[in-house]
Amino acid sequence: MSIALRFRLQRDEFLLNVDTVIPETGVTAIFGPSGSGKTTLLRTIAGLEYAEDGYLKVGDIIWQDDRTFLPTHHRKVGYVFQEPSLFDHLNVQANINYGVRRIKDESSKHVLQQTTKLLDIEQLLKRMPWQLSGGEQQRVAIARALAASPSMLLLDEPLAALGDEQKAAILPYLESVYKTLNIPVLYVSHSRDEVARLADHLLLLESGEIKACGPTSELFAALDLPLAHQANAETIITTSVLGYDKDYGLATLVFSGGQFSVVSGPLPLGSRVRLQVLARDVSITLEQQTNTSILNIIPVTIGQMVKQNNAQITVRLMADDTALLSKISCKSAYDLNLKEGDKVYAQVKTAAILI
Amino acid sequence: MDAFAIKQIAINLTLILALWSGSTSILSDEIRVAVASNFSMAMKAITAEFETISGHQVVLSFGSTGKHYAQIINGAPFDVFLAADALRPTILEQQGVAQSNSRITYARGKLVLWTSKPETQTIKESLLNYQDIRHLAIANPKLSPYGIAAQQVMTNLNVWLSLQTKLVRGENIAQAFQFVHSGNAELGFIAYSQAFNPESAVRGSFWLPSQSLYSPIDQQAVLLNDKKASKDFLRFLEGSLARQIIQNYGYDLP
Amino acid sequence: MILSEQDLTALFVTLKLASVSTLVLLIIGTPLAWWLSKSQWRFKYVIEAIIALPLILPPTVLGFYLLISLGPNGPIGGLVSMLGGAPLAFTFTGLVIGSVFYSMPFVVQPLQNAFASIGNRPLEVAATLRASPIDRFFTIVVPMAKPGFITAGVLGFAHTLGEFGVVLMIGGNIPGSTQVASIAIYDHVEALEYGQAHWLSGSLLLFSFLLLIFVYGANRRYTVAKP
Repeated sequence: MSIALRFRLQRDEFLLNVDTVIPETGVTAIFGPSGSGKTTLLRTIAGLEYAEDGYLKVGDIIWQDDRTFLPTHHRKVGYVFQEPSLFDHLNVQANINYGVRRIKDESSKHVLQQTTKLLDIEQLLKRMPWQLSGGEQQRVAIARALAASPSMLLLDEPLAALGDEQKAAILPYLESVYKTLNIPVLYVSHSRDEVARLADHLLLLESGEIKACGPTSELFAALDLPLAHQANAETIITTSVLGYDKDYGLATLVFSGGQFSVVSGPLPLGSRVRLQVLARDVSITLEQQTNTSILNIIPVTIGQMVKQNNAQITVRLMADDTALLSKISCKSAYDLNLKEGDKVYAQVKTAAILI
Repeated sequence: MDAFAIKQIAINLTLILALWSGSTSILSDEIRVAVASNFSMAMKAITAEFETISGHQVVLSFGSTGKHYAQIINGAPFDVFLAADALRPTILEQQGVAQSNSRITYARGKLVLWTSKPETQTIKESLLNYQDIRHLAIANPKLSPYGIAAQQVMTNLNVWLSLQTKLVRGENIAQAFQFVHSGNAELGFIAYSQAFNPESAVRGSFWLPSQSLYSPIDQQAVLLNDKKASKDFLRFLEGSLARQIIQNYGYDLP
Repeated sequence: MILSEQDLTALFVTLKLASVSTLVLLIIGTPLAWWLSKSQWRFKYVIEAIIALPLILPPTVLGFYLLISLGPNGPIGGLVSMLGGAPLAFTFTGLVIGSVFYSMPFVVQPLQNAFASIGNRPLEVAATLRASPIDRFFTIVVPMAKPGFITAGVLGFAHTLGEFGVVLMIGGNIPGSTQVASIAIYDHVEALEYGQAHWLSGSLLLFSFLLLIFVYGANRRYTVAKP
């Protein structure tokens, strides 16, 4: 069920002014720099902040409009806060049960067992919150939020308070949870890595306003957005597994504009795989190269070109209808006389798989 | 110089000295007096006169007689002790803390029954028809001679036992007064000196029980050292000026 | 010399007064402390000052104004008689009212601090887990503020045990209902009955000390369990 929202809320540093519809499945990341209003937006959806001028309709139910304001405890949201916020006076099991006990839905029990296994917290159940590491606490917090059978899951930078190692450890759990959920997930983050890995849709927020919204891969490759101009600009491509070469450990991933060979462990045939290609790993040749170590050479057409500065230029290449970003030197662009519409070849040195 | 002249000079000198010591004293001394609270107002008036005439300074300390007693036997530096009863001064004399033969009765308290509300029957009848009374205030007989006197009056009128459940005990006569004044107790046995003093007479109805109904409330004083100024003060207290003041403030004279 | 029957009664009245007053204070102090910890009203400090008054006012001042207020011409007394009730001065109920004023900051302040230290986060979390405001209060705030409740209860109880000035003003020294131990001790001293004063004071001191040791010891175990 989709989420239609419209809020206007004044804060010290910005005016939150949004009007959009959030898709009903998949992970939507709310992405932007600090102070852009991401957390405020999330809290407003949850009912933790009150926007006098607001409208929120979830599925068929109006959660807020001129005459109504459904208080948070009547909204079926699951919320995971930035700092682990487990109840100190209850053990893990009791924490998770807190939300469960307050719903009258029979199916909730099944969901509970699933999430406990999914997040690998079965052996933690009897412990008290202060005995867990930060990563473990967040996993419990996610399980707790899910255990209450929410109709949407809201996460406010859940990994921000964790160290790099812990982040790396918990991401796979998040990914597996999202795969099994069929409720919308709203994920606030200022980390493009997390967003690249997890998000299906993006909501770009800046100073309280929506700069862009749409599928992740599109927004990453859009040259009119700041994402494409950052140092580690990347393209996200959704592919499916065509085959796997056991001998060389290479997976063949196919998409509309061609295919990639990527170093990987075994992957199930036909499964969807998200591919991350850094723009600086994509180079351009006028003719198809042979006798090169580069495995991935894809015919493309040159689209927009935008100069970063005197030295660098970002080129948007189109492989059929899939965009691929490339960062090259201005000198090369000049020497090769690259123009919009030219048919050239993209060479991708490495591609990382984000499952 | 002849004998007559020398004699004249001597007499004049003596007269001057006498007058001088009479008016300012060779040393103008300070005396500390512990005074029973109920005697406060009278005491202030008496002290004002004494200071003017003798030139001595008087520092007054008001309080309950029991507390003063405890302080004195623990060494408090008072020179004169004016109690609300005869018991404490007597004990001090027996213990040798007070100067022997210095004990006097400086005033005699009068007991009065008072209500601050206008009454439909006389107040004495109110006491005797006690069913309508909620609270009757007295000073605690254990602590105050006025309380003992109130108990005696009620016993002699045969209402002491019946009024037990309605009694409210103040720590001292001042508190008994407060209870009635604030209206929390309808009736109370208070000191006449509280009801009628030159500065403010209280409103309401009174009954003065006859002296035959209770033993006299003798308020006694003792000296605690043999300072000359203290002796002067006690003598002044027995003098006609002081006695007049004492009477004005609602006390009887012994 | 052992405690006389009247002295034992005085001790009993003291304990009864302390217990009842503490209970009343916990009941009315909890919502008050909660409001104080959450409110953003810009005149909140006025209320806080009023509650803190008994900390600095001499108890006799409090007692004096209570005496007047409870009287037939006073605000409380007038209200009570309008509602058809009996006058409150010289009654146990009157003492409870006095004790409630007298010990209020000792109960409200620890509670307010305990509530404030919980912060908003646990309550927001509970709200997202479907807990209504009342539910949140009893399942989150109360358990988390438990040390605060214990401190408030102990302080309120102990403070009322020692109440003298207020009771002196409005008690009337009635054995069995308003004669509390502190007044009985005072009377013994005034009447030169020092032996009895010793016994009664000693008993009160011992009892208070044991009570405090017990409560602080038990509370300490609770907080030490959590590193």
